[in-house]
Amino acid sequence: MTTTLPTLAAEPATTRPALVKRRGGVRGRNRRWVILFLAPWAVGMAVFFVYPLLATVYFSFTNYNGLDTADFVGLRNFVYLFTGDPVVRTAAYNTLWLVVVLTVLRVAFGLGVASVLARVTTGNSLLRTLCYLPSLVPPVAATLTFVFVFNPGTGPVNSVLGWFGIDGPLWFNDPSLSKPALTLLTLWGSGEIMIIILAAILDVPKDLYEAAQLDGAGPVMQFRKITLPTIAPVLLFGVVNSVIFALQYFTQAIVAGSVASGSADMVGNSQIMGYPNNSTLTFPVWLYQQGFRAYHMGYASAMAVVLFIVSFAFTAILIRQLRAGDSEEARS
Amino acid sequence: MTALLSEPPKVAPATAVPRRPRNKRQLLDWIAVHSVALAMGVIFTVPLVFVFLTSVMSDRQALTSNMWPTEWHFENFALVFEKAPMLTYLGNSLLYSVVATAGMLLSSVPAAYALARFRFRGSNAAFMLLIAAMMLPPQVVAVPLYSMWASAGLTGTLWPLIVPYLLGDAFSIFLLRQFFLTIPEDYLDAARIDGCNEFQILYRVLLPMTRPGIAAASLFTFLYTWNDYFGPLLYVGERQDSWPLSIALASFRGMHRATQWNLTMAATTLVLIPVLVLFLFAQKSFVRGITFTGVKG
Repeated sequence: MTTTLPTLAAEPATTRPALVKRRGGVRGRNRRWVILFLAPWAVGMAVFFVYPLLATVYFSFTNYNGLDTADFVGLRNFVYLFTGDPVVRTAAYNTLWLVVVLTVLRVAFGLGVASVLARVTTGNSLLRTLCYLPSLVPPVAATLTFVFVFNPGTGPVNSVLGWFGIDGPLWFNDPSLSKPALTLLTLWGSGEIMIIILAAILDVPKDLYEAAQLDGAGPVMQFRKITLPTIAPVLLFGVVNSVIFALQYFTQAIVAGSVASGSADMVGNSQIMGYPNNSTLTFPVWLYQQGFRAYHMGYASAMAVVLFIVSFAFTAILIRQLRAGDSEEARS
Repeated sequence: MTALLSEPPKVAPATAVPRRPRNKRQLLDWIAVHSVALAMGVIFTVPLVFVFLTSVMSDRQALTSNMWPTEWHFENFALVFEKAPMLTYLGNSLLYSVVATAGMLLSSVPAAYALARFRFRGSNAAFMLLIAAMMLPPQVVAVPLYSMWASAGLTGTLWPLIVPYLLGDAFSIFLLRQFFLTIPEDYLDAARIDGCNEFQILYRVLLPMTRPGIAAASLFTFLYTWNDYFGPLLYVGERQDSWPLSIALASFRGMHRATQWNLTMAATTLVLIPVLVLFLFAQKSFVRGITFTGVKG
């Protein structure tokens, strides 16, 4: 969108964004506004993003318990992380498991539900609301809901399975099923991705389908050749979003573990983290346990550096996509 | 796309079956699609129904695997308040969510305007920094921030979680920026010609035109803080009188050594209700906000 306003006085004609001088840089008067508008956020970024990020890197090379001064220990934390710590391997495996399974299933499930909802003609506002609603349930409440619904003693799921003569499994109390149960919990609350994909599907130009129909393409062909390519950027967003989501998977894991264990201890007690049998001990949970329960803050920082590098690699994909979208917008 | 949940789409996609199935094949298609959709709707809703039904059961019945309450004990909800100081927790949650949301608006709206509407040296870098901050797992920066707040003597309170919102929230800035970009520059230029300064343009021209964006950013910030568990666990986990509802709810079952689920489910229902009410009142803003965060193809 180019706005060609009649030039007032001797100022150069401006194109979008209107405040750019011909060779970049904001005009003096506007620089003051930019500085004023961005100042609070700039302070916030410096204090709550840039500083702690650098400090995390620094602490990762130290032995630090949060009280005494941090002693420089070189790479010792990283050496322990990659070769010594027997638990971190389990934690990294659990997080990797969640990253792969949650990402694939969240996007696939969101696409599946959205494809059905896009074809509903009767009662669609009610059905969309019902499918979206669980994603609003606060994570702690949602986790309690699932631990209850799947509890082996009195839970409705196993009761229903019982009607069919199936001996229901232990779900959150079974080390091999606790992560799948968390996956179900996550899918239940994946309404946001669903809505984003649904919006993208509804945005696909109708005439593309008509043209394809004339060419004799069936529904499967239409989905593969028209729907999928058109909504691909949204699916990519869903993938990156899910990866970052899974990398920081914390609340549901820690709450499910402690509530399912039935422990009388307060949540956050290190005894019950990862219940059952460390199967819900994710990388961030172990980071929290090491940093804030055991006060191995130097080691926790080393874990944080690893977490940052991995998550930033995926964020970079998103940034590239956003910038591509922006320049497209500017061109049109 | 603005009202995905509340209104039928204006343009039905071509793959959609026509409103009135014309022949047998289309009728079968219609039935198939709608039965699958209905089943999905039921599956998505049924866990919450179980939560509610269990929350009104008697202690005795809650120990059985019955699904339908034989007696309806609505006093369970009052009992939750007796078992735990829920009002204190509610107050803490409200303090966190309300102050953070208000602070977010004050600090993030101008920043979003500057990022959406001005090209300046470093504006690309600023945008990339914004995305990086938005996607940062909170655990990455927890250690230095905790040390920082501990030396300020503010651990044990919710202020370490609130103060950052007074200085701009990355996600909200991003969302508001997306909304601000949709307003054609002509409106702003017209205001400039009329002699408005940038502050006036932002508050008199842009904000009235982007109310759904403001609503969406406020809703998401409110919900994020209301639901936040990691932050409060970090700073007030050991200070029970500063707990927000999220921590209190997670600890409810363990702390009251409750083997039966009814009161825990009643507490869960109580935490759920405000969020669901908020949603019913602001469906449109929610959906618009969500679709605006998804990268548009």
